[in-house]
Amino acid sequence: MKAKHQRLILALVALAALIGAGLLAASALKDEAAYFYAPGDVKAKGVEPGKAIRLGGMVVKGSLKRAADGVTMSFDVTDGKATVPATFSGIAPDLFKEGSGVVAEGSFDAKGTFIATNLLAKHDERYMPRELEGMSYNETTRVLQVDQ
Amino acid sequence: MRKLLIWLPLALFLGFIALFASGLFQPDDRIIHSRLVGQPLPAFTLPAAASDRPSLASAQLATGQPRLLNIFASWCVPCAAEAPQLDALKAAGVQIDAIAIRDARPDVDAFLKRNGNPYARIGLDARSEVQIALGSSGVPETFVIDGKGRIAYQHIGEIRADDVPMILDRLRAAQ
Amino acid sequence: MIAETGLAALWLAASLALLQLVLAFVGVKGNKPDLLAAVRPAAVAQGVLTAIAFALLIALFMRSDMSVLLVATNSHSAKPWLYKFAGTWGNHEGSMLLWVTVMGVAGAAVALFERALRRDTHMATLGGQAAISLGFYAFLLFSSNPFARIDPAPADGQGLNPLLQDPGLAFHPPTLYLGYVGLSVAFSFAIGALLTRQVDASFARAMRPWVLGAWVLLTLGITAGSYWAYYELGWGGWWFWDPVENASLMPWLAATALLHSVTVLATRDALRAWTVMLAVVAFSMSMVGTFLVRSGILTSVHAFAVDPTRGSFILGLLALYIGGALALFGWRIGAVREGAPFELVSRETMLVINNLLLTVILGLVLIGTLYPLMTEAFGHKVSVGAPYFDRIAGPIALALMIAMAAGPLVRWRRDQARVVSKRLLIPFGIALLLSSLVSALAWGRIGILPFLGLVIAGSVAVASLAPLWKRNLRRTPLFTYGMVIAHLGCAVSLGGMASDSAFTVEKLVAARPGDTIETAGWQLRFLQIQPLAGDNWTALQADMEVRRNGASVTIHPQSRFFASPPTSTSEAALLTRWDGQLYVVLGEEVEGGRWQLRIWWKPFVTLIWLGGIMIALGGALALLGRERRGWLMKWRARAAA
Repeated sequence: MKAKHQRLILALVALAALIGAGLLAASALKDEAAYFYAPGDVKAKGVEPGKAIRLGGMVVKGSLKRAADGVTMSFDVTDGKATVPATFSGIAPDLFKEGSGVVAEGSFDAKGTFIATNLLAKHDERYMPRELEGMSYNETTRVLQVDQ
Repeated sequence: MRKLLIWLPLALFLGFIALFASGLFQPDDRIIHSRLVGQPLPAFTLPAAASDRPSLASAQLATGQPRLLNIFASWCVPCAAEAPQLDALKAAGVQIDAIAIRDARPDVDAFLKRNGNPYARIGLDARSEVQIALGSSGVPETFVIDGKGRIAYQHIGEIRADDVPMILDRLRAAQ
Repeated sequence: MIAETGLAALWLAASLALLQLVLAFVGVKGNKPDLLAAVRPAAVAQGVLTAIAFALLIALFMRSDMSVLLVATNSHSAKPWLYKFAGTWGNHEGSMLLWVTVMGVAGAAVALFERALRRDTHMATLGGQAAISLGFYAFLLFSSNPFARIDPAPADGQGLNPLLQDPGLAFHPPTLYLGYVGLSVAFSFAIGALLTRQVDASFARAMRPWVLGAWVLLTLGITAGSYWAYYELGWGGWWFWDPVENASLMPWLAATALLHSVTVLATRDALRAWTVMLAVVAFSMSMVGTFLVRSGILTSVHAFAVDPTRGSFILGLLALYIGGALALFGWRIGAVREGAPFELVSRETMLVINNLLLTVILGLVLIGTLYPLMTEAFGHKVSVGAPYFDRIAGPIALALMIAMAAGPLVRWRRDQARVVSKRLLIPFGIALLLSSLVSALAWGRIGILPFLGLVIAGSVAVASLAPLWKRNLRRTPLFTYGMVIAHLGCAVSLGGMASDSAFTVEKLVAARPGDTIETAGWQLRFLQIQPLAGDNWTALQADMEVRRNGASVTIHPQSRFFASPPTSTSEAALLTRWDGQLYVVLGEEVEGGRWQLRIWWKPFVTLIWLGGIMIALGGALALLGRERRGWLMKWRARAAA
C-alpha cells in the first residue's frame, strides 16, 4: 500500500472514532445529565420515575422523621409552590437540618416519593447551594419564596 | 483541508473562551439579596450571646425608632474589620443590635473585648436558623430596620468607611 | 519586615522575567549572542528570588504573623505546625505563589541543565517561559498579593478549612502543581521550536525528560488526591468526577498522550505537528483546570474561596497564552515539513491509536465537565455526575488498555500483521483463559463493565510483561523496565477499580455500644463511644473491636468538631489487609442511644493506588534510564576524543 492510502485509512479511522465519541457523549449526556428540579417544577412538568435528577428546596419544619432502623429518614422538600416527600438512607451531612436548604441527588419511585442517594451540603458558612440562590424561607408563614 | 485543520484548534479554543466568559460574566448571582426587604421581620427569640448583653427577640426591634441589626460571628475576619465603622455609627447615635452566628459565648466575649462592643442586645443563633429566616446567606450582613420592625435595607458584606454616610441616609429614610 | 522583603523579591523576580523575555526574543530575532548571554543568568536569578519569596511566606505562616491578611484569614495560632506549614498553599494567594515559584525554579533548571537543545531554540524556550511567568507575576502582584498587611491586626486567625487540615494536604497540591507547571516547560519548548522552526527528533529528545518528569508528578499528585478524597470525605469512593478532580485528570490525559507522541517524534521523526499541538493542549488543560477551580464557575465539593475577578484574570491569561500559541501554531506549522512515513502495521500506528483514544477521553471529560456551563447559558441547571463519566470513560479506557498491552509487541516503522498476531496470540490467549476462568466464578453476580474490567486487567497484566519475554533481563535498558512497570501499574490499578465496583459490600446500621455487627466475614463489636480532644478540635470516638477468624484489632472512627471555623468532619477508620480494606464511618446519634455506622468491605481496593504508584515509578525509571544513557554516551564521546 502507498503511504498516501495509509494516511487516508488512518484519517478515516480517526474521523470515525471522533464521530463515534461525539455520538456516545450526546447519548450519555441525554440519559445521564441530572437536571435540577424544584418541587414546583416536579409538579408542573412531571418527572418520570427512575430518572436521575437533583431535587432542591427547603426541608419543611417538623417533617423530618427517622425510621426505626435509625439510618433511614423521611422528610418533605418544598419550594413554596409544591411539597414532595423524600427519603434518605445513610449518614446525613452536618448542615442537613429542618428549615435549611438541601440539594438531593436521586430519583422518584413509582409512588412519587423521592429516593435520595446523596444529600449535598457545602462545608462552608455560605451554605446556600448554588441552585437555591434566589430562594429564601419565611419563618412566620413557613413558605419558601422563590425569585422568578 | 490541511489549512482548515491547522486553524481548527484555535477556533475551538475561542469557542471555549467565549463559554468561560459567559459563565463568568453572567449577572452576579453570588450575592443573594433577602426577599424580606420591605417586609416585617420574621418572629424569633434568641438567647443572649454575650455575658454582659441581654438576649434578643424580634419584638424588641419594633420600637418606633429605626435601628441596625448586625449579623456577625467571632470567627469571621471581615466582622472584625467593620468594628470601627459600627463604633462610628454608634457614636452618631444609632441603636445597633446583633445576632452572632454559629458561635459560643466565651468566643463572643473575647471578640467584643478585642474589637469593641457597639451592641445593645446580642442574640445567639447557634444553628443559623434565624439567619436563614432573614434571608441572609453569610457574615457579616447588616439590616436597617424601620420603626415598625420592617426590613428597610440589607447590606451584604462588611461596612466600609465610605458606606457609613449611606447607612445613615438609609436610617433617616426609614424614619 | 519579612512580608515586605517577600514582596520586594517578587517584584524583582517579575522585572527579571520581563528582562529575560525581551533579551531572549530580541537576541534570537537579531541573532545577538551578547544579549543571549544574559538570558540564562536572568532565569537562574528569577528562580532563586521566587524561592526566597515563597520561603518567606512559609516563615510568616510558621510564626503566625496575624498582621498579614493571608495568615489571618487562613491560619490560627492554635494549629499544629504541620498545618501552619501546609496552610501556606492551602489558599488562593499562597497556591498562586507556589505556582510562580515552581515556574521560576523550573525555568532556572531549564537554563542550567538543558544541553541537548539547539542554542537559539533553547533561548526562545526560556523567553517563552519568562512570558508565561510574567502573566502570573502580574496576577499575584496586582490582584492577589500574598504579603498584604491588615491593620489593625486581629488577635487570632480565622483558621483553615478543617477538611483541608490533613497530612495529605501537605503533599498533594504541591505535587500536582509541580506537574502542572512542568507542563508549562513542555509548552515553552513548543513555543521555542515553533519560533525557530526546529520541530524535529532532537527537539523531541530534549523535551522528553521534562514531559516525563511532569507526568510522573501529575500521576503521583492524582493518586495522592484520590486517596485523600477516599479517606477524608468519608463517602467510601475514590473518584467522584468532581470538577476539581477532572481539572487534574485532563492535564494528565493530555500529558500521557504527549509522552507517547514525543517518543514517536524522538525515535522516528514522525507526528511533528501533532506533538507540538499536544504540548500546547497539555498546558492549556493545566490552565483550564486552574481557571475552573479558582473562578468557582463550577460548583465542587473542594471549592476554594472563589472570586469572579480572579477568574477573569486567569481567563485573560488563558486567552492570551493559549490563543497566542495556537495562532503561532497556525502561522508557523505550515513551514514544518511532514515527518517520516510509516506503515499501517507498526508501533507508530499503535501509538497513534493510543493518542486518539486518550484525546477522545480527554474531549469527553472536558465536555462533561463544561456541559453544566453550556446549558446554564441557555437557562437550564444541570449537573453531570459519575453516571455520565463512568459510561463514556469505562469502555474507551478498556479499549485503551488493550491497545496498551499490544503496542509494545509491534515493531517500529513496519511489521507484518501475521507475525504480530502470532506474537500477540500467546500472551493474550494465556491471559484471557486464566482471567476468564477466575472471573467466571463471579459471573452473573457482577455488572458487565466490572466483569470486563477484571478480565482485561488480568490479561493486560500478563501481556504487559511480554516485552521482557526471551530477553536478556540484565541487558534490557532501564526505560524498557520503566515502560513495563508503568503498563503493569495500569493493569493493577484497573484490577483494583473493577474489584472495588464488583465486590464491595456495604452495610448501614444504627447500633448501641455492646452490639455486634456482622458483614462480609467480619465481626465488629461496638465497645463504647467517648469524647476526645485534639489540638484544635474535639471529637466523639467510637471504639470497635474487629475480627475476622483470628485475633481482633480495635479501630476508632471519629466525628470531629472544629471550633474555628465551626465545622464537623468525619474521620473514617481504615483497616488494611492484604485482600482489601475495611472502612468504617461514624454518623450521628439517633434515638434509643444508637449511633449510625456505615461499614464497607472493599476487596483489593488498595490496588488502585498501588497501581498509581507503579505507573509513577515506571515513569521515573524511564526518565532515569534515558538520562543515564545520555550521560554514558557523552562520557564515551569525551573518552574517544
